[in-house]
Amino acid sequence: MTVVLTPVDRGRAEEARPRPPRRHRLSALDTKVSPYLFVAPFFVLFAAIGLFPLLYTAYVSLFDWELGADDPAFIGVENYTTLVGDEQFWNALFNTFSIFVLSSGPQIIIAVLLAALLNANLRARTAWRMGVLLPYVASLVALTIIFGTLFGPQYGLVNEVLTAVGIGPVDWQADTFGSHLAIASMVNWRWTGYNALIVLAAMQAIPREVHEAALVDGAGALRRFFSITLPMLRPTIIFVVVTSTIGGLQIFTEPKLFDPSGGSGGGAENQYQTVVLYLYQSAFQSFDLGYASAIAWVLFLVVIVIAGLNFLLTRRLASTSSEVRR
Amino acid sequence: MRPRRWVSVLVCAAAASAAVTACGSGGASQTADGRTELTIATFNEFGYEGLFSEYEAAHPDIKITQRKTGQGGPHHQNLFTKLGAGSGLADVEAVEEGYLSQVMAKASQFNDLKEIGPKDLSTNRWLDWKTAAATTRDGKLIGYGTDIGPLAMCYRKDLFDKAGLPSDPEAVKALFATWESYFAAGEQFTARSGGVAWFDNAAQIFNAMHNQHEVGYFDKSDNLVVETNPDIRKDWDAVTSAVAKGQSAKLVAFSPEWNTGFKTGAFATKTCPSWMLGVIESQAGPENKGKWAVTDAFPDGGGNWGGSYLTVPRQGKNTTKAAELAAWLTAPEQQIKAFQAKGTFPSQVDALKSPALLEQTNPYFGDVKAGALFAAQAGKVAAAQYKGPADGQLQENVFSPALQSVEQGKNAGEAWLTAVEGAEKAAK
Repeated sequence: MTVVLTPVDRGRAEEARPRPPRRHRLSALDTKVSPYLFVAPFFVLFAAIGLFPLLYTAYVSLFDWELGADDPAFIGVENYTTLVGDEQFWNALFNTFSIFVLSSGPQIIIAVLLAALLNANLRARTAWRMGVLLPYVASLVALTIIFGTLFGPQYGLVNEVLTAVGIGPVDWQADTFGSHLAIASMVNWRWTGYNALIVLAAMQAIPREVHEAALVDGAGALRRFFSITLPMLRPTIIFVVVTSTIGGLQIFTEPKLFDPSGGSGGGAENQYQTVVLYLYQSAFQSFDLGYASAIAWVLFLVVIVIAGLNFLLTRRLASTSSEVRR
Repeated sequence: MRPRRWVSVLVCAAAASAAVTACGSGGASQTADGRTELTIATFNEFGYEGLFSEYEAAHPDIKITQRKTGQGGPHHQNLFTKLGAGSGLADVEAVEEGYLSQVMAKASQFNDLKEIGPKDLSTNRWLDWKTAAATTRDGKLIGYGTDIGPLAMCYRKDLFDKAGLPSDPEAVKALFATWESYFAAGEQFTARSGGVAWFDNAAQIFNAMHNQHEVGYFDKSDNLVVETNPDIRKDWDAVTSAVAKGQSAKLVAFSPEWNTGFKTGAFATKTCPSWMLGVIESQAGPENKGKWAVTDAFPDGGGNWGGSYLTVPRQGKNTTKAAELAAWLTAPEQQIKAFQAKGTFPSQVDALKSPALLEQTNPYFGDVKAGALFAAQAGKVAAAQYKGPADGQLQENVFSPALQSVEQGKNAGEAWLTAVEGAEKAAK
């Protein structure tokens, strides 16, 4: 690297300057270009499989674009205006939120309680903690098919139990609320343990001194749970809420496989057709790619808005909880 | 505007940066030893495996590669996606009858087999209705017929006996003479069956009825005629009133509960294409052997459900050689071998007269001469109904769900309005 030390007078005229040796030029190139090369794979991949599809979807959504059509016609925002007036879309949005609330609500409550249990002094603690994660490891498709059979309207086990205890069978396919409940139970089965472990990690990070101080002050176990554990878990719970929002708004596999006809209608009258299922139906059954792209973008915006709301909520709640601590 | 072009440019640029080389004019279709490689894409079982080596032996300059997909759904999705992309399809692509209307809507992307196929090949090889369904309005032949699924009636002998109906294959024919007699027998049956239904679900009956009409959902100029075609409303009323009388077991076809229905004997009759015998045998299981029977009668004539075609997409490299292969595979001699290998029921006139087919019996259905029975049913199929581009969608995503909603308790009149609205949306 001795060549680098050779002083170069920058003020001298360009033509008078001797051409730097080849090795010098190469190493200069090396220092300037190679960092970009090192980070390039990420950006190239991101551009190819992240950014390009996103932007191209926006472009496609401005056309009346049937799959395989020779000459898609440019129609501007017509797909979006149709979407706003499309009852089936609003129905799908309602179903998505309904399934989301029915799954995320109970899921987080159970996850926190489960985490509290796992945090106690248990025998074979690791085995229990591993155990709650098992549903998450199971294949989603297999799980959905099994739940679909359990919730079968005529020969399902759930209805047999309900009949045995005198409640009577529920048509899990025909009933809107029933079908949402059935689908939410699949989501809960799969994700509760996963969320419980995240909450458990946060629970273990709560300083023991706080608990000990409360104990000295004479607080019982319940009081400590509600006044210490829960407030200090808030940021983690918000994180769990945000991730399950994003996942919940994109729910697809469960309602798709829950339909016994194997179609994408989400029930005979779209009782449990979610937004992504409607998107899939538009794109790959009606082959209306333009409209499907418009749905995809609207869903993208909905997710951003909800995630943004959650972010604001997080900041507020996190600051109030730190005030509580002081 | 033609955005399609610059998609492929961009996609190729992206792919090139990831060091993938599959863009532009596609890979070479020559093998290392100079033979021409022909690819053929099929799904399920066509029974062609043994035939390929036979063809290669007779044509030393050809090498055949088969792309086999397990299920029809993914196979056709792949077909339509790659039609849209403009490349990536096999030289010979199989198309199932249920997807044919969508393929016919894109007929310009397939070769006219009358033009590029062997000149000495006459369309008299196939049953008329089979060829007619794959012929465009301006007379182009898009696909060579492979197999068919002629409809007969399957029924539970033991349940018929119990309800006091005749159960002998000859005697039941009167019950299955017309749809009217079929539903009347259903009423008689359900009155004495103790909760057993007459048929599996409304959509299966409705579709069979619908396909018998000369005009279906679309007229020959592709106008939607759901509301103006009196036959559709008539079928709808007949089926939904049968549902109201408890004749439907309300089991969605091919769902797990439908499978269970065969085991528990939840319904007494089933519209039965030739391939359904295998489905019934595997779902009802050995414990129900001897209970099911099949008869060579179908209400109001005949019908067809299933069967495929071999097409040659325009994007292929060796279209003439591909057409030659497709023509050879769909010849009666070869289709009989496929029938013997995998039970695909041939669509060729000569194959339907072959002793190998006529002598075939089915032990599960009381050693009935199934081959001869379905060959007779194939002759009863009326002229092919004209199918509009959205026909398959109307059947799968509009009318079937609407009928299911009636089975779930929705008012039949309201469900009809939903179906009409859905049909208009799907057809636009």
